[in-house]
Amino acid sequence: MLYSPNPPPLGRILHLYNSTSRKRSWGSSGQRFHLNTMEFSRERRLKARLAGDRRGDLYPHSLQFYLQPPTENISLAEFENFAIDRLKLLKLVENLGVSYVKGSEEYKSKLGHELRKLKFPYRVLAEDDYDARRKDHISHFILRLAYCQSEDLRRWFIQQEIDLFRYRFNELTDVLVQKFLKYVNLSYEAISEEVKEKLSVQLLNSTPGLSGAKVEELVFYKVPLPDAMDLFRVRRVYLLNGIAYVPHTDIIAIVLNNYRIKLSKALALTARSLPAVQSDERLQPLLNHLSHSYIGPDYSIQKNTGKISLELIDALSVKSFPLCMRQLHKALRDNHHLRHGGRIQYGLFLKGIGLTLEQALQFWKSEFIKGKVDADKFDKGYAYSIRHSYGKEGKRTDYTPFSCMKIILSNPPSQGDYHGCPFRHSDPELLKQKLQSYKIPPTGITQILELVKGMHYQLACQKYFQLTHDVDDIGFSLNHPNQYFAESQKLLSGGREVKKETSEPESSQQKLSNQKSTNSSSILTSSNTDADIELEGLDAYFTED
Amino acid sequence: VAKNYFQRREFSFTLRDDIYVRYQSFNSPQELEKEMQKMNPYKIDVGAVYSHRPSQRNTVHMGAFQAQEKELVFDIDMTDYDDVRRCCSSAEICSKCWTLMTIAIRIIDRALVEDFGVKHRLWVYSGRRGVHCWVCDDSIRKWSSALRSAAVEYLTLVKGGSESVKKVNLADSIHPFIRRSLLRFTDALADVKQVSADLLGCRGQVSSPPAVLMGVNGSPVRESLLREFPKKRDSVQRWELLKTKMDKHRASSKKACHTEWEIMLQYCFPRLDINVSRGVGHLLKSPFSVHPKTGRVSVPIDLQCLDQFDPFAVPTISGLCSELDAANEEDGEKENEAEPGAKRRTRDYKKTSLAPYVRVFEQFVEEMDKWRKGWSGGGSEL
Repeated sequence: MLYSPNPPPLGRILHLYNSTSRKRSWGSSGQRFHLNTMEFSRERRLKARLAGDRRGDLYPHSLQFYLQPPTENISLAEFENFAIDRLKLLKLVENLGVSYVKGSEEYKSKLGHELRKLKFPYRVLAEDDYDARRKDHISHFILRLAYCQSEDLRRWFIQQEIDLFRYRFNELTDVLVQKFLKYVNLSYEAISEEVKEKLSVQLLNSTPGLSGAKVEELVFYKVPLPDAMDLFRVRRVYLLNGIAYVPHTDIIAIVLNNYRIKLSKALALTARSLPAVQSDERLQPLLNHLSHSYIGPDYSIQKNTGKISLELIDALSVKSFPLCMRQLHKALRDNHHLRHGGRIQYGLFLKGIGLTLEQALQFWKSEFIKGKVDADKFDKGYAYSIRHSYGKEGKRTDYTPFSCMKIILSNPPSQGDYHGCPFRHSDPELLKQKLQSYKIPPTGITQILELVKGMHYQLACQKYFQLTHDVDDIGFSLNHPNQYFAESQKLLSGGREVKKETSEPESSQQKLSNQKSTNSSSILTSSNTDADIELEGLDAYFTED
Repeated sequence: VAKNYFQRREFSFTLRDDIYVRYQSFNSPQELEKEMQKMNPYKIDVGAVYSHRPSQRNTVHMGAFQAQEKELVFDIDMTDYDDVRRCCSSAEICSKCWTLMTIAIRIIDRALVEDFGVKHRLWVYSGRRGVHCWVCDDSIRKWSSALRSAAVEYLTLVKGGSESVKKVNLADSIHPFIRRSLLRFTDALADVKQVSADLLGCRGQVSSPPAVLMGVNGSPVRESLLREFPKKRDSVQRWELLKTKMDKHRASSKKACHTEWEIMLQYCFPRLDINVSRGVGHLLKSPFSVHPKTGRVSVPIDLQCLDQFDPFAVPTISGLCSELDAANEEDGEKENEAEPGAKRRTRDYKKTSLAPYVRVFEQFVEEMDKWRKGWSGGGSEL
């Protein structure tokens, strides 16, 4: 047993969200307490049902911003089941987002199917949707505990929750949308017909995809700048004098922006109260397991530290580096310099593949002093940030290598930069030339460019891996440059079976989708079947109660 | 103004040999002044206003010490134009490439005022190769870093690193921000053509097409352009050729296409350094400090006479010293030195070439003051 056989009523733990109740009055009689809790909650629910509409008060909408934490007591078993189900759901959200265009029919039907299967609120609520809404509510808060602990975890969690929310919001009818907006206090003043007429040309030009007739019939709202951030960031809205003129069709962006801000603040707060949760020896391993098995390793701890010699890097960069790192390495060798964004992205990657701090200092210095930087300037200007990234300066955070998602989504390269994701941030024409020069066959290049066009950058990189390693199925789903490197090394040193075993009979649809939903996250350090083991392990872990 | 606002503001000094002293804060402007005289910093930076006094940050719990607000700042640096200017590179500037800076200021300033509704912004020459803009409106000072980067993205058209050639791509319908910027542009167009003799690849290898045309791959006029470009000798002619071709093309085709503007924008549109704007806690050189490499004073720019602003004509530290010496000699003959030091100092700068720049700054501060009084006086602004 990994945690004590004395499960507390978990409401206490969830109570951590209301910093008021920090009391620690666990039940003393073990299993019995647990059963009692179960009975109690069943009884209470029954009562509520009889009492009529009190449950409706708790969840007036199928959708919510999760502002109030749950306060009821729940059993450990339910806690675990809820957590697993929501993770399955979020995993699916992530996978669908990579494989399909968000909002396409396929995307919607697959996601809808999963929501129904896992008994989360689906579509416009049947009358008696209480259980689904409760599950939605509680499971969200449980995962907050597991996913508040690091920036990467938070980023992943927020991204999936936002995508899930977007889907669910878009399923609402107009009436429900209005009701929801009122409920979350996001109603804005609509502009008059007069004003609209005066601004019609500007409104038309600033909102892609609108026709003149559409502008006439749509309602436009006056929204303060901070609320309309996601729209003006991409210049999809008309700004005049500090006000954004948002068409009704884009109100979703405002809602998501608002939700994102609230969620990210809440996660930061949760992280602060985390020490209290972690002091509970039953929950702490459970929560850690939850987060780790689904987002995969962060490559901060390296078994290989010190096993890479600097002379090897040139050869490795050709054989085993993903394109982004190969590009950075080449730029560094050519220019004897990299700008900040490139130094961070490449430096942390190198740290991840096993360069020690001393090696890193030597590596960067020997290259920089071939250029305009002399040794003295290097020691003063650059050495600090290298030590910093190894956690030896400043806040002493031991920084982890960037994941694909981080590279693709944040800090795009600008003038003179070589960092970023080549599939995301290169001109297709240049990418094509580069791939040609790397001797990728023309059919492969066409396939990669197709994927790029569909914005499937990670799949494009996966394809690149297949082509450069001459395998048909890489047997993992790529989401980290260091994973690319590890897999490549494994393959080249013959430590991994190449072909994925597909012989196991997949009897049920369920099994299939399970496998799919684990595949992409678990980045496996040893064998290609790790994905399955990972999930089984997790399930076993949870049901051992 | 919130109580102890000044005390919670970070100042940073750079001393001899690039020694940074961060997280300094002071009880009063007088204390800051004394410290400056004592430490004699090479460079002075201004940072954010924090939740606690930065000098006491070690006394509070680590997570509790947070940057709360700062002016929204923009940094435009000539270095970022290196791929389009041939007159100078990296830290050098000349009056030719400075035209690009003038255009940048005009475009950004218009957008700040008309699009973002900004009331108070101060443009400052950095002393070497760039300008800074400090946006000081109350509500904007509280913006999160996400909002700050969103603003920079809104203002950015030239995108892509070394792996992309064509860095401006316009959608079919042109956003009012771009349209209005283009209007600013056409005024300055004559200058631009003059400046970038290289604009369309004239200087040097006349026969080879300008790199940017590579990015025009999808454009229907590419082939004929490649044929005819070498025949045109200067960039003005080439520009006309490109424009005529595009006009002709547009007349015959229904699809929108803005190739010539995309090229023009890539050469001339403002290039902002997002990293400076994004972080609430990011430091920026204080106005009126002396640039350690050039000795030029970082002075505010009067937008009314932006075209006359000459980065080479601003006061330098050595110039100011000799002006002061000369003025004091004169004074010494006329007056007795019975005056108190402080009063004397305020008058001293007025005798130097710094005076008009201080005046620009004072006007800016007075304007803010007036606005704030209007608020507290109960005048309801919308």
